[in-house]
Amino acid sequence: MSKMHVKMTVNGKPQEALAEPRTLLIHFLREELNLTGPHIGCDTGHCGACTVDLNGKSVKSCTMFVAQANGADVTTIEGIAAPDGTLHAIQDAFREHHGLQCGFCTPGMITRAYRLLQENPSPSEEEIRVGISGNLCRCTGYQNIVKSISAAAETMAASREAAE
Amino acid sequence: MIPGAFDYHRPASLGEAITLANELGDDARVLAGGHSLIPMMKLRMAVPEHLIDLADIDDLKGIDERDGTLQIGAMTSQAEIIGSGLLAERCPILRETAEQIADPQIRNVGTIGGNVANGDPGNDMPALMQALNASYALTGAGGTREVPARNFYEAAYFTALEPGEVLSAIHIPIPPAGHGYAYEKQKRKVGDYATAAAAVLLTMEGGVCTSASIALTNVGDTPLFAEAAGAALVGSAFDEGAVGAAVSAAEAIASPAEDGRGPVDFRTRVAGVMVRRAIGRAASRAR
Amino acid sequence: MTDQTPTAVERAAKLQGLGSKRKRVEDARFTQGKGNYVDDIKLPGMLFGDFVRSPYGHARIKGIDKDAALAVPGVVAVLTAEDLKPLNLHYMPTLAGDVQAVLADEKVLFQGQEVAFVVAENRYVAADAVELVEVEYEQLDAVNDAFKAMDADAPLLREDIKDKQEGAHGPRKHYNHIFTWEVGDKEATHKALADAEVVAEELITYQRVHPCPLETCGCVASMDKVNGKLTIWGTFQAPHAVRTVASLITNIPEHNIRIISPDIGGGFGNKVGVYPGYICSAVASIVTGVPIKWVEDRIENLTSTAFARDYHMTGRIAATRDGRITGLDCHVLADHGAFDACADPTKFPAGFFNICTGSYDIPVAHVSVDGVYTNKAPGGVAYRCSFRVTEASYFIERMIDVLARKLDMDPAELRMKNFIKQSQFPYTSALGWEYDSGDYETAMDKAMTTVDYAGLRAEQAENRAAFDRGETRSLMGIGVAFFTEIVGAGPVKNCDILGLGMFDSCEIRIHPTGSAIARLGTISQGQGHATTFAQILASEIGIPADQITVEEGDTDTAPYGLGTYGSRSTPVAGAATAMAGRKIRAKAQMIAAYLLEVHEDDLEWDIDRFQVKGNPEAAKTMAEIAFASYNQAIPGLEPGLEAVSYYDPPNMTYPFGAYLCVVDVDVDTGVTDVRRFYALDDCGTRINPMIIEGQVHGGLTEALAIAMGQEIAYDEIGNVKGASLLDFYLPTAVETPVWETDHTVTPSPHHPIGAKGVGESPNVGGVSAFSNAVNDAFAHKGLTHTQMPHDHWRVWKTAERLGLNG
Repeated sequence: MSKMHVKMTVNGKPQEALAEPRTLLIHFLREELNLTGPHIGCDTGHCGACTVDLNGKSVKSCTMFVAQANGADVTTIEGIAAPDGTLHAIQDAFREHHGLQCGFCTPGMITRAYRLLQENPSPSEEEIRVGISGNLCRCTGYQNIVKSISAAAETMAASREAAE
Repeated sequence: MIPGAFDYHRPASLGEAITLANELGDDARVLAGGHSLIPMMKLRMAVPEHLIDLADIDDLKGIDERDGTLQIGAMTSQAEIIGSGLLAERCPILRETAEQIADPQIRNVGTIGGNVANGDPGNDMPALMQALNASYALTGAGGTREVPARNFYEAAYFTALEPGEVLSAIHIPIPPAGHGYAYEKQKRKVGDYATAAAAVLLTMEGGVCTSASIALTNVGDTPLFAEAAGAALVGSAFDEGAVGAAVSAAEAIASPAEDGRGPVDFRTRVAGVMVRRAIGRAASRAR
Repeated sequence: MTDQTPTAVERAAKLQGLGSKRKRVEDARFTQGKGNYVDDIKLPGMLFGDFVRSPYGHARIKGIDKDAALAVPGVVAVLTAEDLKPLNLHYMPTLAGDVQAVLADEKVLFQGQEVAFVVAENRYVAADAVELVEVEYEQLDAVNDAFKAMDADAPLLREDIKDKQEGAHGPRKHYNHIFTWEVGDKEATHKALADAEVVAEELITYQRVHPCPLETCGCVASMDKVNGKLTIWGTFQAPHAVRTVASLITNIPEHNIRIISPDIGGGFGNKVGVYPGYICSAVASIVTGVPIKWVEDRIENLTSTAFARDYHMTGRIAATRDGRITGLDCHVLADHGAFDACADPTKFPAGFFNICTGSYDIPVAHVSVDGVYTNKAPGGVAYRCSFRVTEASYFIERMIDVLARKLDMDPAELRMKNFIKQSQFPYTSALGWEYDSGDYETAMDKAMTTVDYAGLRAEQAENRAAFDRGETRSLMGIGVAFFTEIVGAGPVKNCDILGLGMFDSCEIRIHPTGSAIARLGTISQGQGHATTFAQILASEIGIPADQITVEEGDTDTAPYGLGTYGSRSTPVAGAATAMAGRKIRAKAQMIAAYLLEVHEDDLEWDIDRFQVKGNPEAAKTMAEIAFASYNQAIPGLEPGLEAVSYYDPPNMTYPFGAYLCVVDVDVDTGVTDVRRFYALDDCGTRINPMIIEGQVHGGLTEALAIAMGQEIAYDEIGNVKGASLLDFYLPTAVETPVWETDHTVTPSPHHPIGAKGVGESPNVGGVSAFSNAVNDAFAHKGLTHTQMPHDHWRVWKTAERLGLNG
């Protein structure tokens, strides 16, 4: 049961480490790389607090071994803002529309929304609800989260238009 | 919830995977998306010493059509099933079913091969495969054999898969153009297994049912192919007599366990309701 | 003055004080993944603790073999009760006057109980070692039904107290009995029932549920052997109380204990209690001299740390034939699990359940409560409610509906008829509470008008006719609920926890350049205290909220307070904040008088400054005054500008609201669809409408979860049925409906700013509204009452019992 050499790109930076293959990706990110944004909420793949972006797809990092993610390109909540620190439109929208309370689900929720709006840049309310149905929130009742994502979609569309 | 330790193998070819599986024997488990196996390992209900990850095997990927048959590689994710234009055109019930499995993140990682191979009666794809009369390609040291989905499931977590074999692909005879279909699933919430679910495929001519195939999810320790339920519809115009007979036939073979989703009588009845609704929706879609 | 001088309106707006929809200051870190939750803490040399837990509901421990576990490389220690006994730490006091095993001593009493604590170099090694601790058990008969707990032949659960005749709240009637609590006029109530024209009786069960915050409980304990100081970071809703308890348990002087609540990922009552994990981590750190982290997983959370409810309430309500309520009687059988670890004020073993006369003017009432032990996890916390208030509110709101059926009266009309009238406030209830303020009729009228209640009933009549004609298999239900909460515990004269009066506190320091820091005895778990307490203060002292730092949760720096639960932060700490602000202003007035060379009485406060009456241009802003307080020698005044307030509220506050829920029930599948939910809340003065609305959305969603699916159920031998988020119902965005919110404003007359608290109202009122709606869907078919949760199969069974399933 030896350790393995793990390499991946996380938030644009190459990372290497020795890890037991059984190490869950969430523990690798949080404890080896000190990226404590993604959280552990349920341990069984139901709550989505551990959501990260892996090779361009939203995944639950509590239900994935680090060995499976070897070689992957990973983005966590820490990598959502621009390198200069400018917040992403989704991050702004969550504050503007009170899309968070205790903040524990927020990193997973925003990371999921970040991918959702690339999959579907102008989702209906129903599509947003389905799109975030793998992420549980105990505080907000989702209403302001849906509003935040919807508003972010509009902001992003407007800035795409302005850029054209 | 921490899994036990294991050695990790990531073969680049199916042959290599089969060789490993045969060498390592009972101590090894094959890893597809892992969304069934990893939670079991975290609960230490499964403690394999070796995991053989199929992620790098190109032969297990892809969706193709050949001679009236759809071939889906075992490592195709549920999200890829949903996103496939070919499947949407030829066999849209696959998308309808996949969309009712778990949630977006899990569908990105969970595979159709894992879903049909592990023998969990809560999984949705096995009943659908039975309704579609799909077959599974089981590849072992001696080559590949085809086993119909209707003969694959023996008991909960027990299947026709032999030690050292890997379920490599799924073959689905393409349903006739204009067929009607529906997958009806009752669940407590997104992410739950079915209280009961029913897959229905049928064809119609002049308002009369010419063929029908029905299967049930999570109301037995295997998926249930409801042959008599389908037969009850053939030749009918979906009148209450025929539909009622199909529902009764489905309920007659359902034998769910009591769990948090409800007692046996309730889940049996829901299976019937799902069959009834799926027939209605399928008939309305048939051309 | 030039044109650039800000107007009064502009100056007030700049403060972002009371009533402002101020954006939250907490959000910058949370949206960037920069929160600091307990599992984010990483200290040099830190080890991890993990529990060996009982697989049985009730069993004798015949032996524990830890050799194999200790042989695992990286395992440092395996603690059992035998190791804790010499320290007298194998039991700990509970908040309810009982003791709880820290590690099981000879017996286990519930599935998931802590048996041994493994300490290892990381969580993976610890988990491996947990598997290798061999515990030999002899299984015993279990008590899983509270109604059988006091049978003559019931299994004896608590051998440690079997000879104890006197419990914390009086004599014990049986070895599995904990307490009896009685309030009200029994004789008069029974007479009212005997004389009544109509009596409705019902057993109403509020099932065992769990607060289930998204972050589980955990801590990092660190004993510094050099200076003798124990620091514990943990998920504590009441850090100061934890410090005092820790000192009493460990005999470490209280000044050598520092408790820090970092960011908390939701509490909802789950994080009020003191758990074996905290004690074991502290002990392990004291023994090893290095920091120990313990964080429970979700299954451990649902099976071992603080459940809620589990109340079996038998009610009788008396009324005249025309619907005037004449009396209310209730007996509660309270299932407290294996140890009495309820978190209630000491004198209230059933919390404030005696608020159960609700919003109605009921002349006589009587309540008795029996608490019993069962083979279930301990707890009994207020899950997003003030102590047992949601149980009380659910009880009365169901009883009103049950009575309405019996009288064949509209449930809204029956409520209107019996409301406490506005002119009756302050109103003393038959069970002894003095309601501070209310205007129930206005709230109810507004709700009924907004939703077009008459129109909904007409639509329902059509639906019922269509159902009977076989045109639909869906039944429409309308749930009306009105609630009055009692929150803000509370007055020290009757509220304490472990002898600690339930006041709260705020300490303010104004910096020389006119910004400020405020520290409080409470701790936010998502409520946004850093945002709203600054708003209260901004309005009181005229410093913009953006220039006020609010700090909570570190017992070395924050003033003593009893923490955040029971909607007490705004009523108590919010009041302390306003009062401390007023002390600042009083001193500022003296300074301004000196600076302006006028008498104090010639000054008046205007938004952010003191000005000379009749001459507003002669003024000193708070920023100017603050600077003066640091740089001028003012005769008769100490330098600096600071104040502290320890606020002992004169009374509780009584938020109220009118909720209405419309459901469509599919009788064939038992699936209930919430078509509409309207919530009108009156929480007195509204500090931040944006945050209030968010609190209401969240509380309603928790209420939906409780009413429609949550249950921690046990089988006959004490196994928990379904203890992960696969089975424990937390709705996703798909199952959650859109919430409509509304409000009226009836300030509390005794609170300095008139605020009452809101966080828990939607849970209290929401559960009744959902349940009343489901019951209402079947009312015309003869249903009087059906128990929660209203999940698919139970609703289907109800339909079947009523003969609707063909």
